[in-house]
Amino acid sequence: MTDIKLKSFEDLKQKIKQESLRKEKEKHTVLTVSAGTCGQARGSLKVVEALERTIKDKKLEDRVIVKVTGCHGFCEAEPNIIIHPNNLFYQNVQPKDAEDIIQQTVINDTVIDRLLYKEHDTGELKSTGPEIGFYKKQMRNVLGDNEYIEPLNIDDYFAVGGYSALVKTLQEMSPEEVIDEVKRSGLRGRGGAGFLTGNKWAFSRKAKGDKKYIICNADEGDPGAYMDRSLMEGNPHRVLEGMMIGAYAIGADEGYIYIRDEYPVALKHINVAIQEAEAHGLLGENILGSGFNFKVRISRGAGAFVCGEETAMIASIEGGVGIPRQRPPFPAVKGLWKKPTNINNVETWGNVPLIINRGADWYSKIGTNGSKGTKIFSLVGKINNTGLVEVPMGITLREVIFDIGGGIPEGKDFKAVQTGGPSGGCLPKEKLDLPIDYESLTQAGSIMGSGGMIVMDENTCMVDVAKYFLNFLRDESCGKCISCREGTQRMWEIVNKISGGRGKMADLDLLEELAEAVKDASLCGLGQTAANPVLSTLRYFRDEYISHIRDKKCPAGVCKELITYSVIPENCTGCLACKKVCPSDAVSGELKEVHIINKEKCIKCGACFEACNFDAIKVE
Amino acid sequence: MLHDQTEFEDIILKHPQEKRSLIPILQDFQSKYNYLPPVALNMVSQALDVPLIDIISVASFYNAFSLEPKGEHQITVCMGTACHVRGAPKILEEFERNLKIQTGHTREDGKYSLDSVACLGCCAIGPVVVVDGEYHAQTSIRNAGKIVKMLEKKEKIND
Repeated sequence: MTDIKLKSFEDLKQKIKQESLRKEKEKHTVLTVSAGTCGQARGSLKVVEALERTIKDKKLEDRVIVKVTGCHGFCEAEPNIIIHPNNLFYQNVQPKDAEDIIQQTVINDTVIDRLLYKEHDTGELKSTGPEIGFYKKQMRNVLGDNEYIEPLNIDDYFAVGGYSALVKTLQEMSPEEVIDEVKRSGLRGRGGAGFLTGNKWAFSRKAKGDKKYIICNADEGDPGAYMDRSLMEGNPHRVLEGMMIGAYAIGADEGYIYIRDEYPVALKHINVAIQEAEAHGLLGENILGSGFNFKVRISRGAGAFVCGEETAMIASIEGGVGIPRQRPPFPAVKGLWKKPTNINNVETWGNVPLIINRGADWYSKIGTNGSKGTKIFSLVGKINNTGLVEVPMGITLREVIFDIGGGIPEGKDFKAVQTGGPSGGCLPKEKLDLPIDYESLTQAGSIMGSGGMIVMDENTCMVDVAKYFLNFLRDESCGKCISCREGTQRMWEIVNKISGGRGKMADLDLLEELAEAVKDASLCGLGQTAANPVLSTLRYFRDEYISHIRDKKCPAGVCKELITYSVIPENCTGCLACKKVCPSDAVSGELKEVHIINKEKCIKCGACFEACNFDAIKVE
Repeated sequence: MLHDQTEFEDIILKHPQEKRSLIPILQDFQSKYNYLPPVALNMVSQALDVPLIDIISVASFYNAFSLEPKGEHQITVCMGTACHVRGAPKILEEFERNLKIQTGHTREDGKYSLDSVACLGCCAIGPVVVVDGEYHAQTSIRNAGKIVKMLEKKEKIND
C-alpha cells in the first residue's frame, strides 16, 4: 500500500491541485445520484444499481461514471440525478429509466422530457437545476458542493478545493487572526441561539487550561429540521475542516462530534471521513508538520432532545444523564471534564472554511446588518417543493415559501409557518413579508432556531399544533426545574382540554400566565422557550382557540372530539371504497348506492376520507 | 430470556473501562439484544465501577434504551412536525388498531413492538414509518394496514 499521508503544507497543496486537475480533465459523463437518507428511502440506490448495470452492458465504463452523492436538496424530486457536464436535472428517476438515460441522453445526447421537472404554477419543463424555481433564489454556499462530492471519497473533497482553508489557517494565520476573521465575518451560531461565533471562540481561547475541547453539536433534535444531517451525509469533510480550524484557533487538541443515533447514514459517513482524514495525516499528531495536534471522536446520542443544550450534551458525553446545569460557569471556562470547551453546531462549523478561504469581507456582504451569510432551512409540511433551501439572510418568508417552495399544494390557503422547532412559534399570513433574520423572527414571537420551516395550510389546526409541541416538550423536559416539568404538563392538559371542546375562556388567561412562569423560572433554553408555540398561536390564532371553546368546533377539521365524518350524497358514486376500509363497520350502503356513515359507530380514524377518490367525505 | 454471559463480557471489553463508555456500551447491548438485559447491567456496573442505580437512571432517561425485550418486528412511526401535519397521528392509531397494542409496547407474543419517534429528519418524505430498519416514505392509513399484513404473512411463512 502506498503511503497516502500528507506530511507538509506543500504535500496538501499538491494533492488539492492534482485532484482538481483530475476533475477538470475528466472526459466522462458523470451521473450524480442523490442518495441521502431521503433519497435512499425513495430507492436511489436501486437506481444506482440499474445505471451501473446498463453502463456495463453497453460497455461504457470508460466514459460514463456514476457518483453516489449526498442530498441535492430537492427532496420532492427524489430520487434525482444531475448529469454533468450539461447539468441536466432528472427527477423522480426509477430503475426502469436507466436504459433510456444511458441510451438517449448519454449516447444520443437527447433530453428525456418525461424526467424533467415541471413547474407547479406554469407547467413549464425545466432541464437544468439552476433554471428551476426551487433553486433560482437560493445561494448554496454551504450545500452547493454536495452534488459534486462522493462523501465516502476524500479525493472528491480535495477536487473542489477542500482543506485549502486548513492550509491557509495553519500556514499563514495565527489563532488570534483566525478568531478575528470569524468575528469580522459576523457569523452567528446556526443551532438556535445565534451567538456570535467569533466571540464564543475568543472566550475559549482566553480561558486558562492546559487541555481544551471542541464539540460539534450534531444532535439535531428539532422535529422538522434536517439540514445538519444532510451536510454530515453529503459533505462530512467540510464539517471536519471547520472543526480543525476552530480547534487551532481555540487551542484545543481534541474534538467530539455528538451525533443523533437516529441518523445511521450520517454516522457512517462521518466515521469514514474521520478515518480518511487520519490516513491522510489531516488528523493526528503534528498535522502537516505544523506542530498542531488534533483528534476527533464520535459520541452517539441516545434519543434525548434536551441533550442539544450545551451543558446537557457535556453531561451525556461524560456518560451521565443529560440534565442541564446552571451557567456560569460557561462551558468556555468549565466544560467537558471541567476543561474549557467550545460547542458549535454542524452548520456553523460548515461555514468556517468558507470564511477563511473567501475572507470576512466577502462573507459579511451577504445578509443583513445583524445576520450575515446564508442559512439553510428545511422547507417541509404543506408545501409543493419540499427540500433543503439555502438562502441569504434577509430574504422574506414569502420568497422562500412561494418563489422557492412553489406555494401550497392543491390550491389550498396558506395558514402559518412554524420556525424554530419546539422553541419557536407559528407566524401567520400577515408576517409573510418579514425578512428572515435573528432579530425579526424573535420580535415576531418565533425564533430562527436550527432552521426547520414547517408550512401549514387551512387544514392544519393551530390548537392541535400547540398541543403537539407541548406534548413533545412535556415528554422531553428533563424534569430538573419544576416550572418546566410541571408547567409544560399543565399547559398540555389545558390545551388538550380545549382541543377536546371542554375548555373555558378563562383557560386562555391561565395559559398565558403559566407560559410566563415557565419562561421566567426555567434554567435552560428548553424551558425558557417552551411557551413560544402556545404564546405565538394565542397571539396570532386566538380565534381558533375561541372556536374550540365557545362553538365547540375545530375549523380546520382536525381535533377528533369536535369533528364528524359524513358522506356528501352528490359526490358519492357508491364505489364501496370507504366501506371496505372502515375498521368499525360504520359505513353502510350497497354498490352504486349512496353510502352513509353511522356516527355512533364512527371512530374518526380518517380511513374513509383517505380512501375516497371522489371528495365525497366531509369533515366538519 | 437466557443469553451467553461471555458475549456480554466481550461487548463490555470492546470499550475503555471508564464511565464515559457507559452510553456506548448500553447502545451496543440495545442494538444486539433489542433491550438491556438485567444481568448485563450488573456486569457493566462492576466493570466501570458505576453504581447500578446510576446505570438504571441513564437507561431510563434516554429514549433509545429499553429495559424490556422488544418484539421481533419493530415498527416506528415518526411524529415529527412535518409528519404530524401530514397525518402521522392517524397512521399511528391505525397501527395500534391493527397490531392490538399501544404505542411504546410490545405484543404479548413477542412478535411486534410499536414505537413513535420525535423526528427522523426525513421530513420531506413524511409521513415516515420505519419497519425493521427499512424506511417507508409517504405512508398513509391504508399503507399501515398493508405493512402489518405483509409482516403477518412473513410470520406465517416462518411458522
